[in-house]
Amino acid sequence: MNKRSYDDMSHFYGKIWIWTAFVILMCVPISICVYYNAWPGLTPVFKGLIGVAPIYWTVGAIEVITYTPMLGTCGSYLGFVTGNLTNLKVPSAINAMENAKVKSGTEEGEIVSTIAIATSSIVTTIVIAVGVLLIAQLTPILNSQALKPAFENILPALFGGLAVVYISKNWKIAMVPLFFMIILFLIVPTLSSYIGILVPLGALIAISSARILYKKNMI
Amino acid sequence: MKFNPNSGFLYTVAAVVIVFVIAQSLFFLIRAYKRAKVIGMDMSQIRKVIASTAIFTIAPAISILLGVVTLSKFIGLPLPWIRLSVIGAITYELPAATTTAKALHISIANTISDPMGYAAIAWVMTLGIMPSLVLVPILLKRIQRGLLKIKKNDNKWGDLFITAMFLGMISAFLGLVFADVRSGLAGWIPIFVLLFSALLMGICGVLVKVFKLNWLYNYALPISMLGAMAFAAIITPIIQ
Repeated sequence: MNKRSYDDMSHFYGKIWIWTAFVILMCVPISICVYYNAWPGLTPVFKGLIGVAPIYWTVGAIEVITYTPMLGTCGSYLGFVTGNLTNLKVPSAINAMENAKVKSGTEEGEIVSTIAIATSSIVTTIVIAVGVLLIAQLTPILNSQALKPAFENILPALFGGLAVVYISKNWKIAMVPLFFMIILFLIVPTLSSYIGILVPLGALIAISSARILYKKNMI
Repeated sequence: MKFNPNSGFLYTVAAVVIVFVIAQSLFFLIRAYKRAKVIGMDMSQIRKVIASTAIFTIAPAISILLGVVTLSKFIGLPLPWIRLSVIGAITYELPAATTTAKALHISIANTISDPMGYAAIAWVMTLGIMPSLVLVPILLKRIQRGLLKIKKNDNKWGDLFITAMFLGMISAFLGLVFADVRSGLAGWIPIFVLLFSALLMGICGVLVKVFKLNWLYNYALPISMLGAMAFAAIITPIIQ
Protein backbone atom coordinates (compact mmCIF):
# COMPACT_ATOMS: atom_id res chain seq x y z
CA MET A 1 0.00 0.00 0.00
CA ASN A 2 1.61 3.28 -1.01
CA LYS A 3 1.24 6.63 0.77
CA ARG A 4 -1.38 7.96 -1.61
CA SER A 5 -3.65 4.96 -1.21
CA TYR A 6 -3.19 5.01 2.59
CA ASP A 7 -4.30 8.65 2.64
CA ASP A 8 -7.17 7.98 0.23
CA MET A 9 -8.33 5.07 2.38
CA SER A 10 -8.10 7.34 5.45
CA HIS A 11 -10.61 9.68 3.80
CA PHE A 12 -12.77 6.73 2.74
CA TYR A 13 -12.95 5.19 6.24
CA GLY A 14 -13.11 8.61 7.87
CA LYS A 15 -16.17 9.59 5.86
CA ILE A 16 -17.94 6.29 6.68
CA TRP A 17 -17.28 6.78 10.41
CA ILE A 18 -18.19 10.46 10.55
CA TRP A 19 -21.47 10.05 8.59
CA THR A 20 -22.33 7.04 10.79
CA ALA A 21 -21.66 9.26 13.82
CA PHE A 22 -24.01 11.86 12.30
CA VAL A 23 -26.80 9.27 11.93
CA ILE A 24 -26.28 7.83 15.43
CA LEU A 25 -26.29 11.29 17.00
CA MET A 26 -29.49 12.26 15.19
CA CYS A 27 -31.04 9.01 16.42
CA VAL A 28 -30.55 10.11 20.05
CA PRO A 29 -33.24 12.87 20.13
CA ILE A 30 -35.40 10.90 17.67
CA SER A 31 -35.38 7.82 19.94
CA ILE A 32 -36.23 10.00 22.96
CA CYS A 33 -39.21 11.48 21.09
CA VAL A 34 -40.41 8.06 19.92
CA TYR A 35 -39.90 6.22 23.24
CA TYR A 36 -41.62 8.86 25.39
CA ASN A 37 -44.02 9.92 22.65
CA ALA A 38 -42.87 13.46 23.34
CA TRP A 39 -42.56 15.56 20.20
CA PRO A 40 -41.72 19.12 21.23
CA GLY A 41 -42.47 20.63 17.81
CA LEU A 42 -40.37 23.13 15.90
CA THR A 43 -41.06 26.23 17.99
CA PRO A 44 -39.46 25.12 21.31
CA VAL A 45 -36.43 23.72 19.47
CA PHE A 46 -36.12 26.91 17.44
CA LYS A 47 -36.42 29.04 20.60
CA GLY A 48 -33.55 27.10 22.17
CA LEU A 49 -31.44 27.03 19.03
CA ILE A 50 -31.74 30.76 18.34
CA GLY A 51 -29.97 31.44 21.63
CA VAL A 52 -26.93 29.30 20.90
CA ALA A 53 -26.78 28.27 17.23
CA PRO A 54 -25.63 31.57 15.62
CA ILE A 55 -22.46 31.66 17.70
CA TYR A 56 -21.82 27.89 17.87
CA TRP A 57 -22.46 27.21 14.20
CA THR A 58 -20.03 30.00 13.34
CA VAL A 59 -17.44 28.68 15.79
CA GLY A 60 -17.99 25.13 14.51
CA ALA A 61 -17.32 26.19 10.92
CA ILE A 62 -14.23 28.20 11.91
CA GLU A 63 -12.90 25.28 14.00
CA VAL A 64 -12.95 23.01 10.95
CA ILE A 65 -10.73 25.42 9.02
CA THR A 66 -8.45 26.14 12.00
CA TYR A 67 -7.91 22.68 13.47
CA THR A 68 -7.93 20.25 10.55
CA PRO A 69 -4.41 21.28 9.41
CA MET A 70 -3.11 20.54 12.93
CA LEU A 71 -5.01 17.25 13.38
CA GLY A 72 -4.34 15.55 10.04
CA THR A 73 -6.77 13.34 8.08
CA CYS A 74 -7.72 10.56 10.53
CA GLY A 75 -7.23 12.92 13.48
CA SER A 76 -9.84 15.27 12.02
CA TYR A 77 -12.38 12.53 11.28
CA LEU A 78 -11.92 11.22 14.82
CA GLY A 79 -11.30 14.45 16.76
CA PHE A 80 -14.38 16.22 15.41
CA VAL A 81 -16.53 13.27 16.52
CA THR A 82 -15.06 12.93 20.00
CA GLY A 83 -14.84 16.69 20.64
CA ASN A 84 -12.93 18.71 23.26
CA LEU A 85 -10.47 19.84 20.59
CA THR A 86 -8.78 22.86 22.18
CA ASN A 87 -8.39 21.51 25.69
CA LEU A 88 -7.42 17.97 24.73
CA LYS A 89 -7.15 16.70 21.16
CA VAL A 90 -5.08 19.48 19.53
CA PRO A 91 -2.55 19.72 22.42
CA SER A 92 -2.33 15.89 22.51
CA ALA A 93 -1.62 15.67 18.78
CA ILE A 94 0.86 18.55 18.66
CA ASN A 95 2.70 17.40 21.79
CA ALA A 96 2.93 13.82 20.51
CA MET A 97 4.34 14.97 17.15
CA GLU A 98 6.87 17.19 18.96
CA ASN A 99 8.00 14.34 21.22
CA ALA A 100 8.22 11.88 18.32
CA LYS A 101 10.12 14.51 16.28
CA VAL A 102 7.78 14.22 13.29
CA LYS A 103 6.14 17.02 11.32
CA SER A 104 2.44 17.53 10.64
CA GLY A 105 1.63 17.04 6.96
CA THR A 106 3.98 14.04 6.67
CA GLU A 107 2.84 10.40 6.85
CA GLU A 108 4.74 9.93 10.13
CA GLY A 109 3.06 13.03 11.55
CA GLU A 110 -0.33 11.75 10.40
CA ILE A 111 0.25 8.39 12.15
CA VAL A 112 1.49 9.91 15.43
CA SER A 113 -1.32 12.48 15.49
CA THR A 114 -3.94 9.76 14.87
CA ILE A 115 -2.53 7.54 17.61
CA ALA A 116 -2.48 10.43 20.10
CA ILE A 117 -6.05 11.52 19.30
CA ALA A 118 -7.39 7.93 19.37
CA THR A 119 -5.65 7.21 22.68
CA SER A 120 -6.94 10.46 24.15
CA SER A 121 -10.49 9.68 22.96
CA ILE A 122 -10.44 6.17 24.43
CA VAL A 123 -9.04 7.32 27.79
CA THR A 124 -11.53 10.21 27.99
CA THR A 125 -14.47 7.93 27.19
CA ILE A 126 -13.34 5.36 29.77
CA VAL A 127 -12.77 8.01 32.48
CA ILE A 128 -16.23 9.50 31.88
CA ALA A 129 -17.86 6.05 31.77
CA VAL A 130 -16.19 4.96 35.03
CA GLY A 131 -17.14 8.33 36.53
CA VAL A 132 -20.78 7.85 35.52
CA LEU A 133 -20.87 4.32 36.96
CA LEU A 134 -19.34 5.51 40.24
CA ILE A 135 -21.11 8.86 40.30
CA ALA A 136 -22.51 8.47 43.82
CA GLN A 137 -19.09 7.73 45.28
CA LEU A 138 -17.21 10.29 43.16
CA THR A 139 -19.52 13.33 43.35
CA PRO A 140 -18.38 14.43 46.86
CA ILE A 141 -14.73 14.17 45.74
CA LEU A 142 -15.29 15.92 42.40
CA ASN A 143 -17.23 18.73 44.08
CA SER A 144 -14.79 19.12 46.97
CA GLN A 145 -13.59 22.66 47.62
CA ALA A 146 -9.98 21.44 47.76
CA LEU A 147 -10.00 20.14 44.17
CA LYS A 148 -12.15 22.90 42.68
CA PRO A 149 -9.27 25.38 42.04
CA ALA A 150 -7.23 22.65 40.35
CA PHE A 151 -9.91 21.98 37.73
CA GLU A 152 -10.80 25.66 37.37
CA ASN A 153 -7.20 26.30 36.34
CA ILE A 154 -6.75 23.39 33.95
CA LEU A 155 -6.29 25.64 30.88
CA PRO A 156 -3.46 27.81 32.31
CA ALA A 157 -1.89 24.60 33.70
CA LEU A 158 -1.96 23.07 30.21
CA PHE A 159 -1.01 26.08 28.11
CA GLY A 160 1.81 27.24 30.45
CA GLY A 161 3.79 24.09 29.70
CA LEU A 162 2.92 24.10 26.01
CA ALA A 163 3.90 27.77 25.71
CA VAL A 164 7.43 27.09 26.98
CA VAL A 165 7.99 24.45 24.31
CA TYR A 166 6.54 26.35 21.36
CA ILE A 167 7.17 29.99 22.19
CA SER A 168 10.82 29.36 23.11
CA LYS A 169 11.32 27.74 19.69
CA ASN A 170 9.28 30.25 17.71
CA TRP A 171 9.32 33.39 19.86
CA LYS A 172 9.59 35.73 16.88
CA ILE A 173 6.33 34.42 15.41
CA ALA A 174 4.62 34.28 18.81
CA MET A 175 5.34 37.84 19.98
CA VAL A 176 2.74 39.73 17.91
CA PRO A 177 -0.31 37.44 18.51
CA LEU A 178 0.66 36.97 22.14
CA PHE A 179 0.90 40.70 22.95
CA PHE A 180 -2.25 41.36 20.91
CA MET A 181 -4.24 38.79 22.89
CA ILE A 182 -2.91 39.87 26.30
CA ILE A 183 -3.75 43.53 25.60
CA LEU A 184 -7.14 42.58 24.15
CA PHE A 185 -8.14 40.58 27.24
CA LEU A 186 -6.81 43.28 29.58
CA ILE A 187 -8.94 45.89 27.82
CA VAL A 188 -12.04 43.74 27.24
CA PRO A 189 -12.12 40.92 29.83
CA THR A 190 -15.66 39.90 28.82
CA LEU A 191 -14.25 38.54 25.55
CA SER A 192 -13.34 35.36 27.43
CA SER A 193 -16.79 34.04 26.45
CA TYR A 194 -15.77 34.34 22.77
CA ILE A 195 -12.56 32.32 22.90
CA GLY A 196 -13.84 30.11 20.07
CA ILE A 197 -13.74 33.09 17.72
CA LEU A 198 -10.52 34.53 19.12
CA VAL A 199 -8.52 31.34 18.42
CA PRO A 200 -8.80 31.73 14.61
CA LEU A 201 -8.20 35.47 15.00
CA GLY A 202 -4.98 34.65 16.88
CA ALA A 203 -4.07 32.19 14.12
CA LEU A 204 -4.66 34.83 11.43
CA ILE A 205 -2.48 37.37 13.26
CA ALA A 206 0.26 34.76 13.82
CA ILE A 207 0.21 33.71 10.15
CA SER A 208 0.36 37.36 8.97
CA SER A 209 3.22 38.22 11.31
CA ALA A 210 5.06 34.99 10.35
CA ARG A 211 4.64 35.86 6.67
CA ILE A 212 6.11 39.34 7.14
CA LEU A 213 9.06 37.98 9.16
CA TYR A 214 9.61 35.23 6.58
CA LYS A 215 9.59 37.67 3.68
CA LYS A 216 12.16 39.81 5.54
CA ASN A 217 14.31 36.69 6.14
CA MET A 218 13.97 37.14 9.90
CA ILE A 219 12.84 33.55 10.55
CA MET B 1 -45.01 6.24 29.97
CA LYS B 2 -43.62 7.99 33.04
CA PHE B 3 -40.61 10.07 32.15
CA ASN B 4 -37.34 9.66 34.05
CA PRO B 5 -34.13 11.39 32.81
CA ASN B 6 -32.12 8.56 34.40
CA SER B 7 -34.14 5.69 32.92
CA GLY B 8 -32.69 2.39 31.75
CA PHE B 9 -33.73 3.24 28.19
CA LEU B 10 -31.65 6.45 28.19
CA TYR B 11 -28.67 4.60 29.67
CA THR B 12 -28.99 2.05 26.86
CA VAL B 13 -28.97 4.84 24.25
CA ALA B 14 -25.88 6.31 25.95
CA ALA B 15 -24.16 2.92 25.98
CA VAL B 16 -24.72 2.51 22.21
CA VAL B 17 -23.13 5.92 21.54
CA ILE B 18 -20.19 5.21 23.87
CA VAL B 19 -19.52 1.83 22.23
CA PHE B 20 -19.52 3.57 18.83
CA VAL B 21 -16.97 6.19 19.99
CA ILE B 22 -14.68 3.50 21.43
CA ALA B 23 -15.01 1.43 18.23
CA GLN B 24 -14.11 4.39 16.01
CA SER B 25 -11.13 5.31 18.18
CA LEU B 26 -9.88 1.71 18.28
CA PHE B 27 -10.28 1.37 14.51
CA PHE B 28 -8.08 4.42 13.80
CA LEU B 29 -5.62 3.53 16.59
CA ILE B 30 -5.03 0.00 15.31
CA ARG B 31 -4.88 1.14 11.68
CA ALA B 32 -2.30 3.85 12.45
CA TYR B 33 -0.28 1.49 14.67
CA LYS B 34 -0.13 -1.12 11.88
CA ARG B 35 0.86 1.54 9.34
CA ALA B 36 3.64 2.75 11.65
CA LYS B 37 5.04 -0.81 11.63
CA VAL B 38 4.76 -1.10 7.83
CA ILE B 39 6.70 2.10 7.15
CA GLY B 40 9.36 1.18 9.73
CA MET B 41 8.72 3.79 12.41
CA ASP B 42 10.34 3.42 15.84
CA MET B 43 7.65 1.38 17.63
CA SER B 44 9.05 2.07 21.10
CA GLN B 45 8.44 5.77 20.40
CA ILE B 46 4.88 4.97 19.27
CA ARG B 47 4.26 3.11 22.54
CA LYS B 48 5.64 6.13 24.44
CA VAL B 49 3.19 8.36 22.54
CA ILE B 50 0.32 6.11 23.68
CA ALA B 51 1.48 6.05 27.31
CA SER B 52 2.22 9.78 27.62
CA THR B 53 -1.01 10.78 25.86
CA ALA B 54 -3.03 8.48 28.15
CA ILE B 55 -1.47 10.03 31.26
CA PHE B 56 -1.86 13.56 29.89
CA THR B 57 -5.56 12.92 29.12
CA ILE B 58 -6.68 11.83 32.60
CA ALA B 59 -6.87 15.28 34.25
CA PRO B 60 -8.76 17.02 31.38
CA ALA B 61 -11.06 13.96 31.19
CA ILE B 62 -11.90 14.37 34.89
CA SER B 63 -12.68 18.03 34.24
CA ILE B 64 -15.07 16.88 31.45
CA LEU B 65 -16.61 14.47 33.97
CA LEU B 66 -17.20 17.49 36.23
CA GLY B 67 -19.25 18.94 33.36
CA VAL B 68 -21.32 15.74 33.23
CA VAL B 69 -21.94 16.00 37.00
CA THR B 70 -22.93 19.68 36.66
CA LEU B 71 -25.46 18.99 33.91
CA SER B 72 -26.77 15.79 35.54
CA LYS B 73 -28.39 17.76 38.35
CA PHE B 74 -30.78 19.23 35.77
CA ILE B 75 -31.13 16.70 32.93
CA GLY B 76 -30.00 13.43 34.52
CA LEU B 77 -26.82 11.50 33.68
CA PRO B 78 -27.33 9.77 30.30
CA LEU B 79 -27.79 12.85 28.08
CA PRO B 80 -24.73 14.80 29.39
CA TRP B 81 -22.78 11.53 29.24
CA ILE B 82 -23.63 11.21 25.54
CA ARG B 83 -23.12 14.87 24.72
CA LEU B 84 -19.77 15.24 26.49
CA SER B 85 -18.41 11.97 25.07
CA VAL B 86 -19.26 12.95 21.49
CA ILE B 87 -18.29 16.34 20.00
CA GLY B 88 -19.68 18.30 22.93
CA ALA B 89 -17.91 20.50 25.42
CA ILE B 90 -19.38 21.93 28.60
CA THR B 91 -18.94 25.44 27.16
CA TYR B 92 -21.63 24.60 24.59
CA GLU B 93 -23.81 22.02 26.34
CA LEU B 94 -24.52 24.08 29.46
CA PRO B 95 -25.72 27.21 27.57
CA ALA B 96 -27.68 24.98 25.14
CA ALA B 97 -29.54 23.25 27.99
CA THR B 98 -30.17 26.39 30.03
CA THR B 99 -31.19 28.56 27.05
CA THR B 100 -33.74 25.97 25.91
CA ALA B 101 -35.02 25.52 29.48
CA LYS B 102 -35.44 29.29 29.89
CA ALA B 103 -37.22 29.57 26.53
CA LEU B 104 -39.65 26.86 27.67
CA HIS B 105 -39.99 28.30 31.21
CA ILE B 106 -38.51 25.17 32.79
CA SER B 107 -36.66 25.63 36.07
CA ILE B 108 -33.02 24.53 35.93
CA ALA B 109 -32.88 24.29 39.74
CA ASN B 110 -34.61 20.88 39.77
CA THR B 111 -34.24 17.67 37.78
CA ILE B 112 -36.35 17.93 34.64
CA SER B 113 -39.63 16.00 34.70
CA ASP B 114 -41.22 17.20 31.45
CA PRO B 115 -40.44 14.82 28.52
CA MET B 116 -41.30 17.53 25.94
CA GLY B 117 -38.78 19.94 27.47
CA TYR B 118 -36.21 17.16 27.74
CA ALA B 119 -36.68 16.19 24.09
CA ALA B 120 -36.36 19.87 23.04
CA ILE B 121 -33.10 20.18 25.01
CA ALA B 122 -31.80 16.96 23.39
CA TRP B 123 -32.58 18.38 19.93
CA VAL B 124 -30.91 21.74 20.65
CA MET B 125 -27.82 20.04 22.10
CA THR B 126 -27.60 17.80 19.02
CA LEU B 127 -28.36 20.31 16.26
CA GLY B 128 -26.11 23.00 17.72
CA ILE B 129 -22.94 20.97 17.26
CA MET B 130 -23.71 19.36 13.89
CA PRO B 131 -21.99 21.87 11.53
CA SER B 132 -18.46 20.70 12.33
CA LEU B 133 -19.50 17.07 11.86
CA VAL B 134 -21.02 17.85 8.45
CA LEU B 135 -18.27 20.23 7.31
CA VAL B 136 -15.28 17.96 8.02
CA PRO B 137 -16.11 15.37 5.31
CA ILE B 138 -17.05 18.17 2.89
CA LEU B 139 -14.09 20.52 3.46
CA LEU B 140 -11.20 18.39 4.72
CA LYS B 141 -9.81 17.35 1.33
CA ARG B 142 -10.06 20.91 0.00
CA ILE B 143 -8.26 22.35 3.04
CA GLN B 144 -5.53 19.72 2.69
CA ARG B 145 -5.17 20.45 -1.03
CA GLY B 146 -4.68 24.13 -0.15
CA LEU B 147 -2.03 23.26 2.41
CA LEU B 148 -0.30 20.91 -0.01
CA LYS B 149 -0.21 23.71 -2.57
CA ILE B 150 1.41 26.05 -0.03
CA LYS B 151 3.99 23.37 0.84
CA LYS B 152 4.69 22.56 -2.82
CA ASN B 153 5.35 26.21 -3.59
CA ASP B 154 7.52 26.74 -0.52
CA ASN B 155 8.11 23.85 1.91
CA LYS B 156 9.63 26.01 4.66
CA TRP B 157 6.71 28.44 4.59
CA GLY B 158 4.29 25.47 4.66
CA ASP B 159 5.81 24.31 7.97
CA LEU B 160 5.84 27.85 9.36
CA PHE B 161 2.18 28.25 8.38
CA ILE B 162 1.10 25.29 10.58
CA THR B 163 3.39 26.40 13.42
CA ALA B 164 1.92 29.92 13.25
CA MET B 165 -1.63 28.52 13.41
CA PHE B 166 -0.83 26.62 16.57
CA LEU B 167 0.97 29.61 18.10
CA GLY B 168 -2.12 31.71 17.36
CA MET B 169 -4.21 29.22 19.33
CA ILE B 170 -1.74 29.20 22.25
CA SER B 171 -1.67 33.03 22.20
CA ALA B 172 -5.45 33.24 22.51
CA PHE B 173 -5.44 30.95 25.57
CA LEU B 174 -2.46 32.73 27.12
CA GLY B 175 -4.25 36.05 26.65
CA LEU B 176 -7.40 34.58 28.21
CA VAL B 177 -5.46 33.98 31.42
CA PHE B 178 -5.11 37.77 31.82
CA ALA B 179 -8.86 38.42 31.60
CA ASP B 180 -9.44 38.59 35.37
CA VAL B 181 -6.38 40.50 36.56
CA ARG B 182 -8.43 43.62 37.25
CA SER B 183 -10.48 41.74 39.86
CA GLY B 184 -7.59 41.82 42.36
CA LEU B 185 -5.04 39.26 43.54
CA ALA B 186 -7.45 36.35 43.04
CA GLY B 187 -7.57 37.27 39.34
CA TRP B 188 -3.82 36.66 39.16
CA ILE B 189 -4.16 33.00 40.20
CA PRO B 190 -4.44 31.71 36.60
CA ILE B 191 -1.26 33.67 35.72
CA PHE B 192 0.61 32.18 38.71
CA VAL B 193 -0.59 28.72 37.64
CA LEU B 194 0.52 29.35 34.05
CA LEU B 195 3.96 30.52 35.20
CA PHE B 196 4.32 27.53 37.53
CA SER B 197 3.42 25.16 34.69
CA ALA B 198 6.00 26.92 32.50
CA LEU B 199 8.59 26.62 35.30
CA LEU B 200 7.95 22.87 35.65
CA MET B 201 8.28 22.43 31.90
CA GLY B 202 11.56 24.38 32.02
CA ILE B 203 12.86 22.16 34.85
CA CYS B 204 11.89 19.04 32.87
CA GLY B 205 13.77 20.47 29.88
CA VAL B 206 16.90 21.01 32.00
CA LEU B 207 16.66 17.50 33.48
CA VAL B 208 16.42 16.02 29.99
CA LYS B 209 19.21 18.09 28.43
CA VAL B 210 21.69 18.41 31.29
CA PHE B 211 21.07 15.27 33.34
CA LYS B 212 20.11 13.11 30.34
CA LEU B 213 16.85 11.90 31.93
CA ASN B 214 15.49 11.12 28.48
CA TRP B 215 12.43 9.17 29.72
CA LEU B 216 11.12 12.46 31.09
CA TYR B 217 10.91 13.95 27.60
CA ASN B 218 7.61 12.27 26.75
CA TYR B 219 6.04 12.99 30.15
CA ALA B 220 7.02 16.65 30.58
CA LEU B 221 3.59 17.99 29.55
CA PRO B 222 1.48 15.81 31.91
CA ILE B 223 3.96 16.53 34.73
CA SER B 224 3.84 20.31 34.22
CA MET B 225 0.04 20.29 33.87
CA LEU B 226 -0.68 18.10 36.90
CA GLY B 227 1.95 19.93 38.99
CA ALA B 228 0.42 23.30 38.11
CA MET B 229 -3.08 22.02 38.96
CA ALA B 230 -1.80 20.90 42.38
CA PHE B 231 -0.17 24.32 42.74
CA ALA B 232 -3.55 25.97 41.99
CA ALA B 233 -5.21 23.87 44.70
CA ILE B 234 -2.55 24.99 47.20
CA ILE B 235 -2.35 28.72 46.43
CA THR B 236 -6.05 29.45 45.87
CA PRO B 237 -7.17 29.06 49.54
CA ILE B 238 -4.14 31.13 50.62
CA ILE B 239 -4.88 34.00 48.20
CA GLN B 240 -8.67 34.05 48.46
